Amino acid sequence: MTPTVSYRCTLRGETHTFADLRELLAKANEVKSGDALAGIAADTATERVAAKLALADVPLREIADTPLIEDDVTALIEETHDRATFDREFASLTVGELRELVLSRAFAGRWSDEGLARALTPEMAAAVAKLMGNKDLVVAAAPLRTVTRLRNTMGQPGVLACRVQPNHPSDAVEGVLLSAVDGLLYGCGDAMLGLNPVDDGVDSVASVLGGLQDLIRRLGVPTQSCVLAHITTQLEAMRRGAPVDLLFQSIAGTEGANASFGVTLELLGEGREAVIAHHAEREETFIGEQVMYFETGQGSALSAGAHHDVDQLTIEARAHGVARAFDPFLVNTVVGFIGPEYLADARQINRAGLEDHFMGRLLGLPMGCDVCYTNHADADQNSNDDLLMLLAMAGCQYVMGIPGSDDVMLNYQSTSYHDVAAVRELLGLRPAPEFEAWLAEMGLWQDGRLTRGDGPVLDAAAAAVAEGAPPELAA
Amino acid sequence: MTDLTTREDVRALLTRRAREVTPARIFTGGPDGGYTTADLLALRADHAAARDAVLASLDLAHPALADIATRHAVFAVDSQAATIEEHLLRPDLGRRLSEPGRAAITAACPPAPDVQIVIGDGLSAAAVHAQVPTVLPLLVAECRQRGWSVARPFAVRHCRVGVMNDVGEALDPAVVVLLIGERPGLATAESLSAYLAYRPRPGDTDANRDLISNIHARGLTTEEAVRRIADLIAEQRAMRGSGVAARSA
Repeated sequence: MTPTVSYRCTLRGETHTFADLRELLAKANEVKSGDALAGIAADTATERVAAKLALADVPLREIADTPLIEDDVTALIEETHDRATFDREFASLTVGELRELVLSRAFAGRWSDEGLARALTPEMAAAVAKLMGNKDLVVAAAPLRTVTRLRNTMGQPGVLACRVQPNHPSDAVEGVLLSAVDGLLYGCGDAMLGLNPVDDGVDSVASVLGGLQDLIRRLGVPTQSCVLAHITTQLEAMRRGAPVDLLFQSIAGTEGANASFGVTLELLGEGREAVIAHHAEREETFIGEQVMYFETGQGSALSAGAHHDVDQLTIEARAHGVARAFDPFLVNTVVGFIGPEYLADARQINRAGLEDHFMGRLLGLPMGCDVCYTNHADADQNSNDDLLMLLAMAGCQYVMGIPGSDDVMLNYQSTSYHDVAAVRELLGLRPAPEFEAWLAEMGLWQDGRLTRGDGPVLDAAAAAVAEGAPPELAA
Repeated sequence: MTDLTTREDVRALLTRRAREVTPARIFTGGPDGGYTTADLLALRADHAAARDAVLASLDLAHPALADIATRHAVFAVDSQAATIEEHLLRPDLGRRLSEPGRAAITAACPPAPDVQIVIGDGLSAAAVHAQVPTVLPLLVAECRQRGWSVARPFAVRHCRVGVMNDVGEALDPAVVVLLIGERPGLATAESLSAYLAYRPRPGDTDANRDLISNIHARGLTTEEAVRRIADLIAEQRAMRGSGVAARSA
């Protein structure tokens, strides 16, 4: 640890002091109920801006040399930081100068060509996000593309992908598969067919994995499946013969918060290796080895009592640092799921969604967002529509597709198949290329838009139902 | 085998089947740009019910609750969360009894009963208004039939589950049963949970509690819920503990 540096800023005749970088970062954050709950937020609007002004003058070198927390996440971040490129490109810049750099037209090209993402740390991404307006967060994120591959290709310019989330209150496979079929008819499901299970038992998880894989095989869909059970459950199902395409885990930005999820960095690494080996044995074609799927979201560390007085935006960035080390296929900030004690209302949720997305993009992640809210937060489907459109403009990798936006298992609202179809059409966005070709083959896509036909996909589903095929559509 | 001769037949078959096997809003159709008007407004109506349930105040004089509250001499106290807004943003305050509330329960409830029933709004006062009028009398009767002493029940406004710890400290009951409104979903805003803890004390967590959830018209029936609650009380008394903490010890 370097000696603690204090910061000060005089604004309209009043001098504000901040004891250390941790306090400065917290007070420079936009308003979040979670930071207030943690007792680390700015007390007044003026103090908040004074913190931003002081933060704007902090050299990036100082952030690189000032670890906020001593734990294995910090060690991982330091280990994966491209310090040579950082020293050459960024060390002498301040946070304020970094904001102007990422907003310059030339930045995206250099970021991509010179691999600048790995020269920035999560704490730097968080710091610069605190100085940006909502429009800045959209404008800066849009050109930063990270392309990933597993059974198809995510992240190319002009692509907005969608995870079909066909949740069911009792994991009934036929109900899950009919929800998925409806999603496919709306051009959704290129990111994955990904179910949150009620029952975290190995047998149940294996049964849903089998059902989803049968649907994919029967219809020839170029996509991947996932059942979002705990990582150890997925790996056990895999060992017992279930097909695992994507390996999911919720992660956070401190060692303690990850422990509350029952995971360690070692476990994530071992799981990834095991799934890559499993894919080599499968008969399906995998065009890439990016097998990990992570979910994050502001507030989880505080919820676990493992935030170390660091603000929730900075800890979210550190979760991105964890994700980056395991070369994920997709990362998803489940922004409004956590509840109003962390993100009180639509303004805070929408701000956090734009921040998380921007930070993930800047750090080189295939960043998507579950644009969502719970019924005890002061938000609604109108504010959800707003964030969906903003993130689509920002080049968001993918969003969720949930029937009618109503998750009948998790009891929250997100974005729907209808929403994804409408926003793609509005902004001229497309599904992943392999998936788009498949949609065209099925008569569901033509001239860059949905045909709203149903063709062989519906016939296959109907034939299975008519044959009395449950619990699985495939036979 | 069903005869599928037209596209309409196919759609109709799948839609019918979908309604049988999932509550998800699938095969709903709509214009190119979104939902049908009926579907959009149905979503709005369900969300409105959920919001109203979250923001409603727990009211012992509510028409559905008043008779039962009077018959069981239920009274209400406050947590440390002064307003509904504070309750939603500061769960730490909802886990603590206010000082007047602590004094009131200490004065009104005899110490160390076998069972202390507490009613909390949680995230849905509507769930309390809908379920407690049937759950409370059945539960009290069942407890008495099993020979347990049941203290005077009370309600906590702006209540979180953790308030059980303060209740345990103030009154020292063997088992605290908290009937509390769940976070509303779109399917129902009237779902109640029962949390049970054996001699709860400050510092206890969900690991020290047992839970029966989903008590509502289309979920767990009142009779079944009361039977399970009573069985859990008996189990907790027998093992002198509760939750996974006791079971894995």
